[in-house]
Amino acid sequence: MTETTKWMAACRVEDAAENGGVCVKSGEEQIALFYFTRRNEWYATQNECPHRKQMALSRGMIGTLTDEPKVACPFHKKNFSLKTGECLNGDECAIKTYPVKVENGTVYIALKSTR
Amino acid sequence: MREPRVIVIGNGMVGYKFCEKLKSKSDFFKLIVFGEESRRAYDRVHLSEYFNGKDEEDLSLSTANWYHDLDIKLYLNNPIVSIDRENKTVRDLSGINHGYDFLVFATGSAAFVPSIPGIEKEGVFVYRTIDDLDLIKAYAKKAKKASVIGGGLLGLEAAKALIDLGIEQTDIIEFAPGLMPRQIDPAGSRILVSKLTALGLQIHLNKNTTSIAGEACISEMKFADGSVMETDMLVISAGIKPRDELAKDCGIITGPRGGIVVDDRMQTNDSCIFAIGECALHAEQIYGLVAPGYDMAEVLAANLSGDNKTFSGFDMSTKLKLIGVDVASFGDNFIQEPDCRTIIFENKHKGIYKRLNISNCGQYLLGGILIGDAAAYNMLLQTTNNRILLSENPEELIMGTRSAENDGAAGITALPDSALICSCEGVTKGDICKSVSEGGCENLDDIKKCTKAGTGCGGCMPMVKDLMLHTMKAQGKYLRNVVCEHFQYSRQELYDLIHIHQLKSYDTVLTELGKGDGCETCKPLVSSLLASLWNEMILKKGNDTAQDSNDRFLANIQKGGSYSVVPRVPGGEITPDKLIVIGNVAKKYHLYTKITGGQRIDMFGAHLNDLPLIWEELIAAGFESGHAYGKGLRTVKSCVGSTWCRFGLHDSVSFAIRIEERYRGIRAPHKFKSAVSGCIRECAEAQSKDFGIIATEKGWNLYVCGNGGSKPQHALLLASDLDSDTCIQYIDRFLMFYIRTADPLTRTATWLNKMEGGMDYLRNVVVNDSLGMAATWEEEIESLIAAYKCEWKEAVENPAIRKRFSHFVNSPEEKDPSIEFVEMRGQKRTPDWKIA
Ligand code: SRM
Ligand SMILES: Cc1cc2nc3c(=O)[nH]c(=O)nc-3n(C[C@H](O)[C@H](O)[C@H](O)COP(=O)(O)OP(=O)(O)OC[C@H]3O[C@@H](n4cnc5c(N)ncnc54)[C@H](O)[C@@H]3O)c2cc1C
Ligand code: SF4
Ligand code: FES
Repeated sequence: MTETTKWMAACRVEDAAENGGVCVKSGEEQIALFYFTRRNEWYATQNECPHRKQMALSRGMIGTLTDEPKVACPFHKKNFSLKTGECLNGDECAIKTYPVKVENGTVYIALKSTR
Repeated sequence: MREPRVIVIGNGMVGYKFCEKLKSKSDFFKLIVFGEESRRAYDRVHLSEYFNGKDEEDLSLSTANWYHDLDIKLYLNNPIVSIDRENKTVRDLSGINHGYDFLVFATGSAAFVPSIPGIEKEGVFVYRTIDDLDLIKAYAKKAKKASVIGGGLLGLEAAKALIDLGIEQTDIIEFAPGLMPRQIDPAGSRILVSKLTALGLQIHLNKNTTSIAGEACISEMKFADGSVMETDMLVISAGIKPRDELAKDCGIITGPRGGIVVDDRMQTNDSCIFAIGECALHAEQIYGLVAPGYDMAEVLAANLSGDNKTFSGFDMSTKLKLIGVDVASFGDNFIQEPDCRTIIFENKHKGIYKRLNISNCGQYLLGGILIGDAAAYNMLLQTTNNRILLSENPEELIMGTRSAENDGAAGITALPDSALICSCEGVTKGDICKSVSEGGCENLDDIKKCTKAGTGCGGCMPMVKDLMLHTMKAQGKYLRNVVCEHFQYSRQELYDLIHIHQLKSYDTVLTELGKGDGCETCKPLVSSLLASLWNEMILKKGNDTAQDSNDRFLANIQKGGSYSVVPRVPGGEITPDKLIVIGNVAKKYHLYTKITGGQRIDMFGAHLNDLPLIWEELIAAGFESGHAYGKGLRTVKSCVGSTWCRFGLHDSVSFAIRIEERYRGIRAPHKFKSAVSGCIRECAEAQSKDFGIIATEKGWNLYVCGNGGSKPQHALLLASDLDSDTCIQYIDRFLMFYIRTADPLTRTATWLNKMEGGMDYLRNVVVNDSLGMAATWEEEIESLIAAYKCEWKEAVENPAIRKRFSHFVNSPEEKDPSIEFVEMRGQKRTPDWKIA
């Protein structure tokens, strides 16, 4: 079994929300893409919040806890690390994260496929 | 040498505490724990919160890997079934033997179930474990009427749980002539009975159940007095029975009425075997509370690790909140004249009863009982336990009015450093003050971490807070309610700073006044301040993502991810044509419609992509945003008033519309609501609003600071018989004072409750302009009103903002495919949560 990385073109930089998230469609999947302009960082995670399985994380507010970048789900404000996907309230399960890169004004998200 | 093995039987509250204490004192032992229940030790004291939204994990005392990380071997679902003292082994349920060097019983107790014929029937439960609660919850779904045997602490708690589960009628059956016979006296019981009856519980005293009838399931109960009562289910809370059966079987001495006999070092008659918690019988006493159990755990852990500690009995003082009624007893609560002198205060009207037992010399407090108002409990307990000399007028201890805060401070200074504040964790006043003065703790969480105070039942927290504030004040520290880790300012300070520096975006506020990169606490707070100060379009580039999600999309997000649409209907008045527009729009976009509690119409189930289209149509028909999503003015309800009603004194609808149009769109620390009634019959419910107006013969009466919601509070009269313009002038000042000074997410009622001087002070500020701010505020509010624009109109007309209302950035036309609806009564609704 080998793991290959496929870079998907998600959107143009100017289409992303500054200091916030947008939702990217990738086949059947929904990915939340965050442009943390203040830190000049990009993050991508699954869009579904594991707490009540709501497709909502892209609509959450982002910020930091000490220095850890995070997103707060708009429904019940569970916090997830944007770096590791770990739930910062200790209880819910972690979320998937994806590598992001920007080239020539286009934002790419790395999708892993195993075969 | 192999490390000595300590086996703990029972993974309940005390067994867990013992593991924690032993591990913190010594690394010398191998700890093995056997639990009969299927889950890790949890907080049984707060068991009932399982019915109020807390789940297993919330109640759990530890995280899943706590045992593993501390190298404790935990077996769950695996009770010990026998003990071989000769070979020093225990046998578990799967038949495996485990050797021990020391054996600890922490088996707790079981509910005592009296042998009433029929008690084995379906629908009869006990109330001790999460499993019990699951069974009760499942059965309660089909029950209309429930009963509880036992009017003690646990019985009342079980009755409350049944109310919470939505059972229509709950009866409490108590054998004794009074409720909570171990804690309170007959007079106290009478007050408690009347309070509980008022809450819808039926209470039967002096009632002895003789049998339980029904086919397979319980259907009625029969009593010794010949009476019969129908019931669908029954919870037994008639006391506890120590789990001493294993000990008895292997020849450990137990008491005649149960309990494993231990000495002051928690040792049984076998020098390798110990018992702690509710299963232990110390000096002929079983302790059915958690604090003494924790103390026993401490004593045993200390002794095993080479220290020398003894358990010398425990104070059984308790404070509870039962169904919203405070009940407390402390010290010697039942001692009577002539052995003491009593002071009794009884207020049947408010359901308050307080009793103090004072030494005959008048110098010491011996004990007492508090019902209905136990605010003074901590102080009275400390006064008793520390033998603090009473003043000449000890009645002030319970009669003291609301100036209790200052008394509280004076009270805590009088306490010696050795005063035990948190009895669950054995933390003294000295420990707490030191954690503040030397340990650098500046908030309750820090103190909890540093001293463990308040991590048990939590009853000491008000006192811990007083001590913290007192110590900080004594050190000359300035106390501030800072916003979050990103802003070292209070909301009010930020308001002034943003004003002075004329800052207009969240990012500049953060850069100029804060640190770090923000979070979901400071973002909406600063956004609300910016809106309150400048009233600019909240979705201006850069500020959009600093809004709460509902503000960011100008609509409330619903279960499943769709949104609701609420156009403003000022005063609740709407033309037939506009009603038709709402009907047509709702039909076209497949929206669920409902009349709200605020006299307008909510359309639910809109896709994010459809919001601009829907609003475009509504705006074209003359509607505007109802700000149902924002912290700002919601609705101004009206009654029909003098235009139609035969009692109406003035035109309440016109005045409501005028007010709603004046304050629409203004953002505040929390939402605010209003209503105008045309006469004192008060059909608009103005007295439950942040500001409410009622017509009088001579003008309008203005009431402020009321609300409905979870803690309803009536508004108070601010001024009477006002003409319309003066009434509005007062509301202007009132609102600006509130917007400037209230803490985040504080409704006006709570704001007033915290205000020193209360209503008199507020009236002085608003009516007499005692702060000299009236002119400024009136000017400020005029500029907010002048800046008002309908946000939705701006959003649909501005292409950059409008673009944000699509679900997929890379497929803007497509709606969120994960949103589903189901049908109900000819409309749609969202399916239930998909629980992970
Ligand atoms: C729709 C409505 C229920 C209904 O179907 O009737 C409603 C729905 C919500 N209410 Fe309400 N409340 C509604 C009337 C009320 C009323 C009755 C009234 O206004 O006369 C009250 C009690 C009066 C009061 O506020 O003092 C009320 C007290 C609350 C509270 C408790 C406030 C408090 O201070 O305790 C909340 C929670 C909060 O705001 O923090 C709340 C919160 C909510 C939220 C925003 C919860 C949420 O975050 O999703 C609901 C939004 C639904 C939506 O998407 O529109 N709602 N809510 C009513 C909308 C009125 C309107 O036209 O805008
Ligand atoms: C609804 C309710 C409300 C309460 N409210 C309060 C309150 O407000 N204040 C207060 O101080 N106290 C309160 N209590 C009492 C408090 O919960 C107990 O005092 C405390 O839980 C005692 O701890 P323990 O470890 O001795 O017993 P438990 O917590 O009962 O733990 C004993 C454990 O041992 C297990 N066990 C028994 N036999 C075996 C065996 N052979 N092998 C393996 N495991 C075994 C049991 O299954 C159980 O899990 C309340 C109790 C209940 C039920
Ligand atoms: S009462 Fe609760 S459930 Fe009902 S609308 Fe208000 S917030 Fe929602
Ligand atoms: S659905 Fe995300 S926090 Fe509840």
